[in-house]
Formats: sequence, C-alpha cells, structure tokens
Amino acid sequence: MARILLDAVRHTYGAGTEAAGYALKGVDLDLEDGGAFALLGPSGCGKTTLLNILSGLVTPSKGRVLFDGEDVTGLPADRRNVAQVFQFPVVYDTMSVRENIAFPLRNRGVKGAALKARVDEILDVIGLAHVADNRARNLSAELKQKVSLGRGLVRDDVAAILFDEPLTVIDPALKWELRTQLRALHTRSRRTMIYVTHDQTEALTFADRVVVMNNGEILQVGEPADLFERPESTFVGYFIGSPGMNVIPALAEGRTARIGGREIELGGTLPPAVRGEVEIGVRPEAVTLQGSGLPVQVTRLEDTGRFTIVRMQLEGRPLVALTPEGGAIPADAHVSFDPARTHVYVGGRRVPFLEDGA
Amino acid sequence: MKPVNQKAWLLVVPVLALVALSAVIPLMTVVNYSVQDTFGNNQFFWVGTEWYRQVLTSERFWQALFRTLMFSAIILVLEIPLGVIVALNMPRKGWPVAVCLVLMALPLLIPWNVVGTIWQVFGRVDIGLLGASLAGMGVDYNYVQDPVDAWATLILMDVWHWTSLVALLAYAGLVSIPDAYYQAARIDGASGWSVFLHIQLPRLRRVLTIAILLRFMDSFMIYTEPFVVTGGGPGNSTTFLSIDLVQMAVGQFDLGPAAAWSIIYFLIILAFSWAFYSVMVRDDGESPARAKEGGE
Repeated sequence: MARILLDAVRHTYGAGTEAAGYALKGVDLDLEDGGAFALLGPSGCGKTTLLNILSGLVTPSKGRVLFDGEDVTGLPADRRNVAQVFQFPVVYDTMSVRENIAFPLRNRGVKGAALKARVDEILDVIGLAHVADNRARNLSAELKQKVSLGRGLVRDDVAAILFDEPLTVIDPALKWELRTQLRALHTRSRRTMIYVTHDQTEALTFADRVVVMNNGEILQVGEPADLFERPESTFVGYFIGSPGMNVIPALAEGRTARIGGREIELGGTLPPAVRGEVEIGVRPEAVTLQGSGLPVQVTRLEDTGRFTIVRMQLEGRPLVALTPEGGAIPADAHVSFDPARTHVYVGGRRVPFLEDGA
Repeated sequence: MKPVNQKAWLLVVPVLALVALSAVIPLMTVVNYSVQDTFGNNQFFWVGTEWYRQVLTSERFWQALFRTLMFSAIILVLEIPLGVIVALNMPRKGWPVAVCLVLMALPLLIPWNVVGTIWQVFGRVDIGLLGASLAGMGVDYNYVQDPVDAWATLILMDVWHWTSLVALLAYAGLVSIPDAYYQAARIDGASGWSVFLHIQLPRLRRVLTIAILLRFMDSFMIYTEPFVVTGGGPGNSTTFLSIDLVQMAVGQFDLGPAAAWSIIYFLIILAFSWAFYSVMVRDDGESPARAKEGGE
C-alpha cells in the first residue's frame, strides 16, 4: 500500500538522445493510495511504457518514481512490491492453480500453514476455489487472467496491482462481467489498481480517476464525468465519448463566438487576452436541432437504437448531434449549442472562462 | 443416396505409384528374401520363419542391438542437456545471433563420411591433432586398438556433429516464449532456476520431444561415421546393427538372414517412432479431464 508519485519521468527507447524521440515526455503523476486508476490513450501513446516504469520492468531515462516518498526508480521489479496482470494470460504451466498463486509467496520464503491459509483466502476472493487443484494450463483465458490476478493479490506487501489491457483476449460477453468483478474486488480490497487500456468504456467504468495520455504526455487526469463534461483539450474531447466532441473553428471575443456569419453565446466570459481565432468544442449531446440558430445541411442519419446520430455540414465542416430516437428532424435544419456545455480551445487547450477561475 | 464419383480414386494414383516404387516394392523384396533360401541360379526355397528364428537366437544380433541402444542412450544423455545449456547461453539480439547460428549450423552441413574422415584423422596417434596431443601428454589413447577409446571417439564425434541440432531446436523454442512470462517471473520474485524449471523447460517440451526423436532415429541407424572411423572395431566393439547388417549382406552374401535382420531392425525403429509420436500427439491434445486426474 503506497502513494505513488511520478516526478518528471521521461523515457526513450533510443540511444538516449533527444533525436531518438521520447516515448514519455516529462510525466508528473500523483496516485493516492487505494484508488482505482485507468491510463487511457490510443495505441503507442506511452501508457504501457509508463506502466512498465511503475512496475520496474523499465527504468526511466530521466525522472524519479516515489512510493510513499521513497525513491524506487532504480529498484528492479521483484523488489518493487507491485504486481502485474499482462495482456496475455501468464500462468506457470506445470503448476496447479493453487501452486501458481502460492508461487510469489514461496519465492519470498512464506511456508506451511501461513502460506496455505493465505492462498485459500485468495482462491475464495477470485472465485477459483473449485478449480484450485487443476493444472493452470488447461483453464480458459479468463480464468487464467484470474490466476494472474490472484498472484498479485496474494502478497499483502503489494503497493499496487497493474493491469496491462487485461481483457484483450477475453470473450466480449465475459469482459463486462470480469470488469465488474474487478471493480468489486477493488472496493473490497482497497488495493491501488492501475488499469491500462485504449478502450474508453473499460477505463470509464473501472476507474475513479482516469489519466488520458497521448504522444507520451498526460493530457488530463480526472473523474470520468469531468473528462466527459469538461475536456481540457480537444484531443480528450474527441477521444472520450462516442461519437467524439465537435471541434469548430470560430472567432471569439468576450461572451460571444462567431461561426461563419452568425454569433453564438458562450457560457462565460473569455479573458481579454483571448480573442480572435479559437476552436469551439461542443459534445454531440449538447447540440440541439431546431427551427432557428446556425443553419446546417443534414447529410446522414444513423440509428443506433437508443438515439439517432445526425451528421451535418456546418459552414462546410462536419458536425454531429445526438437526438432521442424518433425525434423530428426539421427539413430546414438549424442547430443551437448548450452554452453551459460549450468550451473554447486555443491551440488544443481549453481556455477557462473568467467566471470559472476564482 | 448421393451418387459416388469413383474417378476420384485416379487422383491418388501418382502418389500410390511413387510410394510403391520407392518404399513398398523394395520392402516387399526384402520380405521375400527373409522367408526364402537361395542358391544362385535364381532358385528359391521357402523356409518360413527360419531366418527370423536364427537372427533372434544369435548372440551376434543381441550384442549389436545392445551396442546400438547403448550408443543412442549415451549420445541422448549427453546431447540433449548440452544442447539446452548451449541454447540458454546463446545471444538473443544483435549481430552475435547471426554469427552464432552460422557457427552452430556448420557441423550439420558437413557430409557424414567427411565427418567420419575428419575424426578418423583427428584421432590418429601419429598425425592427428587430438591423438598426437594426447600421446604427447602421455595419455594412452588409441581408438584403433582400445574399445573404450574407440567408443569415446565415436561419442565425442556424434556430440560434436549433432549437439548443434538440439541447440538450434531448443533456441527456437526459447525465443518463442513471450516476454510477459519472464516479466511475470521477475515480478513474482522467481529465481533463475525457477524460471528454467517452470517457464523455459515446460515450453521447450515439444521441441525437445522432436529433438529426442530425431536424434534417437539417426543415432540408432548410424552407419557412415563409425564405418569410416573404426570400421566396427577393434574386434566387434563398435559393430552396430547397421554395420553388422552390411557385413552380413554384402560381405558374406547371407541374403536370407540379412533380410530378416533388416525387417527386425525396421520394426524396432518403427516401434520407437510410433511410441514417440503417440507421446507427442497426446501432449498436444491434453484434455481437461485428463488434467484433472493429473492434478494433486
């Protein structure tokens, strides 16, 4: 159990030169003890590198990793007190499920009744007591993942359990169930869990706090609702949510923004320094089709069952709205944006309104 | 009933012809010889199982069989662990991999009679590097006269010749183990020996089964190298089944007993190969039910 702090961590897989490019470009992160976190980002954004730095499989080129204030940057994986569940299930083929789970303890010199009691407890927790004496190699993929999880849970000195896209090889029908069980397990054990994924549904349903990454940088850390309602960057807005946030070029000043020839009202006042060319970010959920407002051409309707995705052209650029299913689409369509859910971005970063920053 | 098109049988005719000419007909000729006696002039007399009885009751056959099995057992015991050790220590990335692979493959590329000649010269007491050096150091080594030295030379030669095959197979098995296994083992605090026992060895099992099968079959049928190096001597000490068989068939022209000997030899190899094959197939399709019995 520990609070995990990353201090200006940079990493390159190249020869250590700037030119080789950094997989991680200066990451600062503070993960409090006992939380459920998700590292979310597209493939190649550096999230697995970050995870391996946490577990000690990779030593960062620069920066420090602190567990409860203690610098563990140079410590190898076996002395880090972290456990990891990998993308593909790793079990020790020759051992039974029980022996697999006992293995990390045995390697640390735990023996006899204490070992058995602890292993039995974990077998119960992960629900594998009924297959405890089966050979681990014959289990199905999701049970194998539970065995790997068990190997992490069994050590009580574990500071954090890391998950590297653990549901990749699991049947879709079982994914949801396994994630729910994992979530329940977190609530019960209060272990720090860090979950790496490129699937926003997995991240948003599993974690209390989600760390969104792209190109080796952390873009935003927040609760799922924050990421959705108040994306700090256009990337987060677009990456989270399906379909993603609309990003529309505009000219803005004060409380108004001008799109094409028309003005819309913003939810607050922009700082005086921000004027001229900006981008407006608005979620499809906050776009309303009605008789007046910004004129659009509807190009396509996609019925998803619960709601309709309306694809449009606004000033020659694509715009997406979500309407309740069966809602009427006016022939002469106009849209309006909910001012409270309309954000202004400059250079991809959100500009807070004067009213926000107190 | 669906109409059956019997013309499909025609499609197997080429294979049938090929197998018949290359295997079945020669084999049946041997079977033919093994149940008849012949006195030139193409006169044949039916003798039934007489030759088989003669071979199976002859001390000569059992001694040759014992020597051959001993040879196979010794080289397997040496080559399999040695090959695994070499594979474990081979480089995993960069230019050393290519250098290592080429060096390892070299002995495998040398024709077998050349391997025999190399070692025949290498071990000579008067001019051979090995033999002369040993003699220079005062070691009494002479593979032409001493049966133990002859065996040692043949075994050393086989180990030199074939350990790379085992090593290359094991190496291929090792590099196919995903990194996650090693990473998990590191996190679980496993020692190097544990990693070998619980990760590497189980994942090598299949390639090692193949390596054992190949090395067994090859060494059990070995002919060329010992024929060139020792010619079966001194005395009969390195006369393996194959060498004795050739002496009997080509040297003494005892076609009947030689044919019976061949068939028995063939059946032994077939039996061993079948046993190995069954083990391999069983490993591949291990069912959960079977595993349950195998559990603690």
